[in-house]
Amino acid sequence: MKKRKRKSFLIEIFGLLLALLWLSPFYLMIVNAFKSKRDIFTDVLGFPSEFVTENFVKAYIDLDFTKSLFNSLFITILSVGIIILFSAMAGYALARNKSRLSGMLLLVFVAAMLIPFQSVMIPLVSLFGKADMLNKTGLIFMYLGFGCSLSIFLYHGAMTGISKSLDEAAIIDGANKFQVFWHVVFPLLKPISVTVGILNVIWIWNDYLLPSLILPDSSATIPLKMFLFFGQYTKQWHLALAGLTIAIIPVIVGYFFAQKQIIEGVSEGAVK
Amino acid sequence: MRNRDISFWLFLAPVILSLSLVIMIPFLYGFVYSFTNWNGINATEFLGFKNYINLFKDAEFRASIWFTTKFAIVSVILLNFLGLGLALLVTQRMRTSNFMRTIFFMPNLIGGLILGFIWQFIFISVFGSIGELLGIEALTGWLSTTATGFWGLVILTSWQMAGYIMVIYIAYLENIPKDLLEAAEIDGASSFQKFKNIIFPLVAPAFTVSMFLTLSNSFQIYDQNLSLTNGGPYNSTQMVAMSIVKTAFTENKMAYAQSQAVIFFIIVAAVAVTNVYYNKKREVDM
Repeated sequence: MKKRKRKSFLIEIFGLLLALLWLSPFYLMIVNAFKSKRDIFTDVLGFPSEFVTENFVKAYIDLDFTKSLFNSLFITILSVGIIILFSAMAGYALARNKSRLSGMLLLVFVAAMLIPFQSVMIPLVSLFGKADMLNKTGLIFMYLGFGCSLSIFLYHGAMTGISKSLDEAAIIDGANKFQVFWHVVFPLLKPISVTVGILNVIWIWNDYLLPSLILPDSSATIPLKMFLFFGQYTKQWHLALAGLTIAIIPVIVGYFFAQKQIIEGVSEGAVK
Repeated sequence: MRNRDISFWLFLAPVILSLSLVIMIPFLYGFVYSFTNWNGINATEFLGFKNYINLFKDAEFRASIWFTTKFAIVSVILLNFLGLGLALLVTQRMRTSNFMRTIFFMPNLIGGLILGFIWQFIFISVFGSIGELLGIEALTGWLSTTATGFWGLVILTSWQMAGYIMVIYIAYLENIPKDLLEAAEIDGASSFQKFKNIIFPLVAPAFTVSMFLTLSNSFQIYDQNLSLTNGGPYNSTQMVAMSIVKTAFTENKMAYAQSQAVIFFIIVAAVAVTNVYYNKKREVDM
């Protein structure tokens, strides 16, 4: 028994060392963000000889952070909101209608997942450009198109667990289809809505390519702003790293509050 | 809800509309335009397979396909190895295992673009100064050669995605019946025997899922490629996804880029379908 305890202790130490190694890129980023340009050059691994907070002030201003954070929040919340609502509606309709047609529709949605973004990118930009839709509204509409397949698939799977007799009871009570969905079914789908929400938030929040093609500079999101900012400071690591640190803070704060749901949501989405 | 009901179609209308306008129509439109001299606004001439023939003669494009394929193969092997390893580690009885899960998963939440920039700093500055300090020449000048750029991308994406693959393996590991492992222990099985005869066969379906994910992901990587090496030096670390974007929006050759995109779709779809087919067959066998 004693030997076993020692073994598991060694495993734990190994795991913790590995976790530290995993964190080291973040450590290097933060520690060097507080250094002067010279300090980074002379001692990249150690603590800063003096903490330079001006890096952060300058990076914050150059990133136009308040505005880009707001743009990111606006686009992510709205896109994920409509993905959840419309995919749940579609998943419900397809699951409650057992016909050949709905089977085919589901197949089309799933098959759409096989199409990589780059295969539709150029005509997409061209078509939406002609319709004068290269803006936030256009982008949110596109996110619905790219996000709905997986979401519908997940909702469709979750619907099998919800008894049809609930719908029927509500219909007898005089509810229409939309009321049944909104008041009876949608609340029951809450666990899968959390999963769908998390998966889409992670992707949309971090997306770079699509917004870079669609959004004008005035409504740049954090990744877009980060790209422009970084290009400006490629040779000035102290500022570039301060900017990266600022950009990551919202994600770490979110992760801190919802880590359990996030990991569960991702595992549910991946395993299905 | 029958499909003659208007409500059925009302419930589906928003997603059908967006899927058609965002994916289906652009996909068909792009396919047709890849056979023309389309410049993004209009096409005046039907070229037949000319774009595709030029594509096969294009050494840079071929190089990008080869680079992407190599990257995908190495990533799939490494990520599954790392993911399963981490999953086995954090499912041991430890007080800190939840903490470890949280840490290993963390890079997944941060966008590939930002992670690429962080690693650019590490490869160039940190590796550089450690190399100088210890006199290891191999550590200096990272990302300035094709080989270091390749391994830089592999390291970055492995660090990023291993936690994701770990989560998938954990889900399967936790479904292994406890009494099975206890029985093996009573029979005197070693850790290795338990792994080989019980754990490994029972987590095999996780491999199916994660192979699908890692393969299709590594074929489509763009952000990390852009921010870590930007395809350099001399476009030698440029992956297919990046080649399409550059040909279209930097060089302004829309029809030619679209023919690359069609080939790209065929590759990604073929990989995905083969994967599913092969794994379905294997699962029936079991």
